[in-house]
Amino acid sequence: MEKQPIIAVKNLSVEYAKTPVFRKINFEILAGDFVCLVGCNGAGKTTLIKTILGLIEPSAGNVEFLGMSRKEIGYISQETVITANFPATVEEIVLSGLLNQKRGIFYTKSDKEKCEAALAKFGMKKLLKKHFAELSGGQRQKVWLARAVVATKKLLILDEPGNNLDSKSKKELYAELLKLNAQGITVVMITHDLDHQNLVGNKILALSDGMATMETTEAYVKRIHRHDHSEGAGK
Amino acid sequence: MNGILEKFLEMWQYQFMVKALVVGVVLAVTAGLIGVSLVLRRKAMIGDGLSHVGFGAFAIATVIGVMPLQFALPIVILAAILILQVNQKSKVDADALIAMLSAGALAVGTLVISVVKGVNTDINNYLFGSILALDDFDVVVGVIFSLVVILFFIVKYHEIFAMTFDENFAKSIGLKTERLNTIFAILCAVVVVLGMRLVGALLISSLIIFPTVTAMQIVKSFKAVVFSSVVVSVFCMVMGIIFSYFVATPTGATIVIFNVMAFLVAKVVEVF
Repeated sequence: MEKQPIIAVKNLSVEYAKTPVFRKINFEILAGDFVCLVGCNGAGKTTLIKTILGLIEPSAGNVEFLGMSRKEIGYISQETVITANFPATVEEIVLSGLLNQKRGIFYTKSDKEKCEAALAKFGMKKLLKKHFAELSGGQRQKVWLARAVVATKKLLILDEPGNNLDSKSKKELYAELLKLNAQGITVVMITHDLDHQNLVGNKILALSDGMATMETTEAYVKRIHRHDHSEGAGK
Repeated sequence: MNGILEKFLEMWQYQFMVKALVVGVVLAVTAGLIGVSLVLRRKAMIGDGLSHVGFGAFAIATVIGVMPLQFALPIVILAAILILQVNQKSKVDADALIAMLSAGALAVGTLVISVVKGVNTDINNYLFGSILALDDFDVVVGVIFSLVVILFFIVKYHEIFAMTFDENFAKSIGLKTERLNTIFAILCAVVVVLGMRLVGALLISSLIIFPTVTAMQIVKSFKAVVFSSVVVSVFCMVMGIIFSYFVATPTGATIVIFNVMAFLVAKVVEVF
């Protein structure tokens, strides 16, 4: 069955103080895709994600959501600037991901079960009542992930989720993301892990010089491989 | 011992003491609640800025002879919304903006007072607070306001947590954070105006800041901090008012001293 678009980015332009970050970019994210968003520092990856999320107003163009609404996105930001000693338990933080699904004033027992299940995916269930201030950087990253996972059944947008994780934890994270993707959740992830061993997902969206190019991961690997070979032959 | 008991019982015969305790408790509850989110989002100094605006407004109201509370309330609410809007949309940093507004409003207040003689007592009351300054209107407004704030906190508790913890994430899942921020700014303005009469413009921001910081020394979950902040705030307010009655000290300063002591005790408890 042909995949249907879940996000359509049309002629999107964003500028900061009249300096364009990208101009009139167009692409579609299909339901079930696992897209790695790549580009050099300053290419506009985080800006693009924030524009999709509605946190930044585009100067032109628009982002259309098809078969879902914007508030159904599970999101992890790159810079979660939170006071180190913020008084919160892991449970309180992950439950906040369910805010967009909450019906009454309080969270239900089933909400709490969803929160525990999400933490269990990342081996964090035991830390449910642990205080935020007592968590390591890696544990905090997994808490953000669990919060993003409970927030959505459709689309995860992750801004460098592998930050603060050692290589073993990063592999476990990518394996878990692939599992979620196999269950039908679309994933868009900013990453700098472009070596063949760590490359995950089926598509690469590259941002460069204000332009966006989408290709399959397979085509990307072949192209990079050819490029490496031709450079090697030239030496 | 009997003397203390007699004085304690005698205290309740004075209308001004009953009013001070009622307004003090409702003020402590609301300041303790809104303080948590403001302190954790590093916006606590907004209270300080607004208190100076309140001083300017009270000074003008006294000079032109209108009811101070009714005159100051809309002005301080407008200032709170202005701080929020300018902070979100302009390049001026929040702390610089608050400092500019504080100094400007204080200057206006001082200037207005200087051209009219005979209002110095009132001005001292606004700067340092007075237990005698409260009237029936303050009591009614204070009680209604605190009920509204408590209800708001119960209904919006999880939204407040989400916004306080991570505003970007809260916004991404559809929370209207601008609206919630505006409500917070208005609540802060009302706390400041109501509290200025009792505690004074120079000390009112401490009611917003101290209880939360004290609670954070002893408890570590958001729910526990909200609850403890209210308990600490009410305890220090009541103790401060009663102590100031017994030993005839300035009420505002005494309340703040109790808050300082509570913080020091909590810090010691945390260390050991």
